[in-house]
Amino acid sequence: MSEQIQPLDAPPSAWQRFLDSHLWHSFTKDRVAQFSLLIFAAYAIMALLAPLIAPYNPYDPAQIDILNAEMPPSWEAGSDPAFWLGTDAQGRDLWSTILYGTRVSLTIGLCAVVLQALIGIVIGLLAGYRGGRIDSLLMRFADVQLSFSTMMVAIVVLAVFQATFGTELYQELAMVMLILVIGIAEWPQYARTIRASVLAEKKKEYVDAARVIGLKAPRIMFRHILPNTLSPILVISTVQVANAIIAEASLSFLGLGMPVSEPSLGSLISSGFEYIFSGSWWITVIPGAVLISLVLVMNLLGDWLRDVLNPKLYKG
Amino acid sequence: MNAQAKSLVQIRDLYKRFSISGDFLDQLKFRGGKLVREQQHVHAINGVNLDVQRGEALCVVGESGCGKSTIARTVMGLLKPSAGSISYGGERIDHLSDRQILPYRRKMQMIFQNPYASLNPRMTIAQTLEEPVRFHNPKASATEVRDKVHEVMQSVGIDPSWGKRFSHEFSGGQRQRISIARALAVDPEFIVADEPISALDVSIQAQVLNLMMDAQESRNLTYLFITHDLSVVEHFGTRVAVMYLGSLCELAPTKALFATPRHPYSQALLSAIPRLEDGRPAHIRLQGEVSTPVNLPSGCVFHGRCPHANERCSREIPTLIATSEGGQVACHAVQEGRF
Amino acid sequence: MALLEVNNLEVRFGLRSGEVTALRDINFSLERGERLGVVGESGAGKSVLGFSILNLLSKPGYIAGGEILFEGQNLAAMSPKQLRSIRGNRISMIFQDPMMTLNPVLTIGQQMVECLLAHRRISRTDARRIAVQKLKQVQIPSPETRIDQYPHELSGGMRQRIVIAIGLLMDPDIIIADEPTTALDVTIQAEIMDLMLDLCERNSVALMLITHDLGIVSQMTRQAMVMYAGRIIEQGPTKEIINDAQHPYTQGLMNALPQMALPGQRLNQIRGSMPPLQNIPTGCAFNPRCDYVMDACRHELPGFTRSGGCRVACHMVAQMKLEEEAAARALEVN
Repeated sequence: MSEQIQPLDAPPSAWQRFLDSHLWHSFTKDRVAQFSLLIFAAYAIMALLAPLIAPYNPYDPAQIDILNAEMPPSWEAGSDPAFWLGTDAQGRDLWSTILYGTRVSLTIGLCAVVLQALIGIVIGLLAGYRGGRIDSLLMRFADVQLSFSTMMVAIVVLAVFQATFGTELYQELAMVMLILVIGIAEWPQYARTIRASVLAEKKKEYVDAARVIGLKAPRIMFRHILPNTLSPILVISTVQVANAIIAEASLSFLGLGMPVSEPSLGSLISSGFEYIFSGSWWITVIPGAVLISLVLVMNLLGDWLRDVLNPKLYKG
Repeated sequence: MNAQAKSLVQIRDLYKRFSISGDFLDQLKFRGGKLVREQQHVHAINGVNLDVQRGEALCVVGESGCGKSTIARTVMGLLKPSAGSISYGGERIDHLSDRQILPYRRKMQMIFQNPYASLNPRMTIAQTLEEPVRFHNPKASATEVRDKVHEVMQSVGIDPSWGKRFSHEFSGGQRQRISIARALAVDPEFIVADEPISALDVSIQAQVLNLMMDAQESRNLTYLFITHDLSVVEHFGTRVAVMYLGSLCELAPTKALFATPRHPYSQALLSAIPRLEDGRPAHIRLQGEVSTPVNLPSGCVFHGRCPHANERCSREIPTLIATSEGGQVACHAVQEGRF
Repeated sequence: MALLEVNNLEVRFGLRSGEVTALRDINFSLERGERLGVVGESGAGKSVLGFSILNLLSKPGYIAGGEILFEGQNLAAMSPKQLRSIRGNRISMIFQDPMMTLNPVLTIGQQMVECLLAHRRISRTDARRIAVQKLKQVQIPSPETRIDQYPHELSGGMRQRIVIAIGLLMDPDIIIADEPTTALDVTIQAEIMDLMLDLCERNSVALMLITHDLGIVSQMTRQAMVMYAGRIIEQGPTKEIINDAQHPYTQGLMNALPQMALPGQRLNQIRGSMPPLQNIPTGCAFNPRCDYVMDACRHELPGFTRSGGCRVACHMVAQMKLEEEAAARALEVN
């Protein structure tokens, strides 16, 4: 058999594989994806480095002067050069507050999605791989969960919490509560997607091969099947982060989200809303624009990923 | 008694049904104003008895839907039989738990049909091959595992230095070699091969068949070889079992089957192989439509298409009887000497 | 004039890694009522050839050169509208998977009638009558009831018969069949082959049969060509190719069949595998796998040599022919 062996070049490194991949290639061709990723990266860096970039710390009451309240942005008449995007109703520098707010929004969005993914992946894998009664039970459970809208569940839970434990405790735990509520309310999205791709993967012979080796179910599920369902997970994750950010913003807008002392983009928009007719439009409009563009680029990225990773579209 | 001692795998009265009616709610139907529960089944295997002798290559042939792959998967424990038993080396294995069956997993391995689906696309070749070795020898050191993997890779004609590559970088034939290497990695004594070459090109089929024959010689393997391709069987098999709609029609030494097929279905199957002879195919024309395993015909499953069928065939299920050539055939017409 | 004549056809694929030539130097002709077999392994380009004849190549594939003359008209240079009047009408195609042709949400009858009405000016009742008649021709039992069934209600063999009936609907001059029986069981395959042979002979339809199965080619066709890595390497009468193959690859294919070895013995394998199109070796594409490889094989693309009724693209065969001729001349001189 030795004549079968032909010399081959060294195997490509992981980086080389990535550069040769369909993902990278289509990224280099897709202007929208490049632009979206650039914007998203900019937001992410801004959020990450907020304490370094921001000229003021909006959480520090000592740096806030109520006399600076409702200063317009630098291009409007009556502005103060110290606050280039102006200030909000409490006299906080809007630019700094937006930076910190983006940080809060992204943190809640990402953590909530990690929670969704953890619950959803485990339940989806179990339902898809085990099948039968476990599958029926878990999926009916998911259906029930889905039939309550996320907003409704969140509003009820958060309102009850606020009423029971008081606003003070609530304001302390707001971020954790938001992550928990948004995370738990949306897991069926993941569970369903994962279950569908597990059902497709389970039929493939490499799963049988793993069973023939004698591997136990958890190992087959997590080591063999899960890595092959990463594409749909990636796609749904991008969209879900965007959804979670919106959900958080909506809840904050309704007064059930982040407290005004530690504002997210949503609570910032909400807090400025009262002043929009008194002429201080920037307190609402500028964070609003930031929120919309952030969600938009994430959805654009999600669309692009779905097109690229959907094998039907390019292998056919 | 001697035959008993030699047989490695015994399949006894095996039945396998699959429900195709979905879950409980789907099974409820309105019939004449009443709510009734209806279940439809695919009868994939219907009372098969088969022994695999140590050291032989037993080929199971038949057309799609005859239950040959189901037999392979049931023997490997991937499916639970609906009735009947499977024994390995005299021990019943079909009802063992996942833990109890582990020692048998080392001895029995499987090669799959589709080389494009049988390797995990997210694992490198080395990872794929190391997994079974590590799993079955938890105490082995990293070097021992690597040496074992190198040895099996070399024995199937794959350069061990390719281990860091992923399966999609290999051709179909190479992938099937890797799949064989994975089966050989735990040093099994019995291999179930489910259509291992039907997805491959002619020139590659020969390579893989040769490799399997080499492995059989050097490692003393016993094969249960599932295929639809009779021409391969003639070359590869020690004995051949011909199946139709979940039942065994004929079981005979390869030479005897090809020289004098006894069952009318074996005859039709043999005559249908496209040969390298010019001129029109002179195959036996079968009448009727192929029945489905959902609504099994009564009596002999083949009677609807059989040119020699009579009233008894549609009533009574034939049992296997010994033939003068050392095989067994399940056919009333043969038993009665009608043709 | 031949019914179909393909001259110097070249097909390319514009992949992101660069241009790839999928077919080159394809020359053959098909007479009325002739049966031509195209043999090759996967990746040889035989299916691409089938598609390119009807100009059905989808992006990124395109015809880069040569002509496809059907009754003297070049299909490669035709407008889509002209092509539509030929596709399915004068030349029809049968695929391996019947569900590629059949629409799962329409009944057999609806599909056949639509097809007839698209190409001919006849009434719906007439169209249905013709459809039933064609179903009868392909030996579908009780065609009057079958015609109102959906494809999923039929077995695989039945579906392939329907596809053949649809292929015959317009009384085409040529049927291109791409692995028409590969998905079927052997007993059904034998029946379908029998049927196709019968229909082609009776209606004097030319058949171009694309397959990997040498047995089928030898039973079904009179002319054959063997393809390797996008090129024809041997073409001529089927009988000659089967009984006395000249090209080492054809010989290898033949010898690799299990029936060519003694039971229990090793099969005669060809080492290695077909090169991917991006990576075809220079010279003769088969040279890394060939037992008779010479220096010229590694550098020079072999031209065609006549050998009996066949044309063979092989340096070794060319050299042997030269030596034979020299020996014959030497004999004459003596």
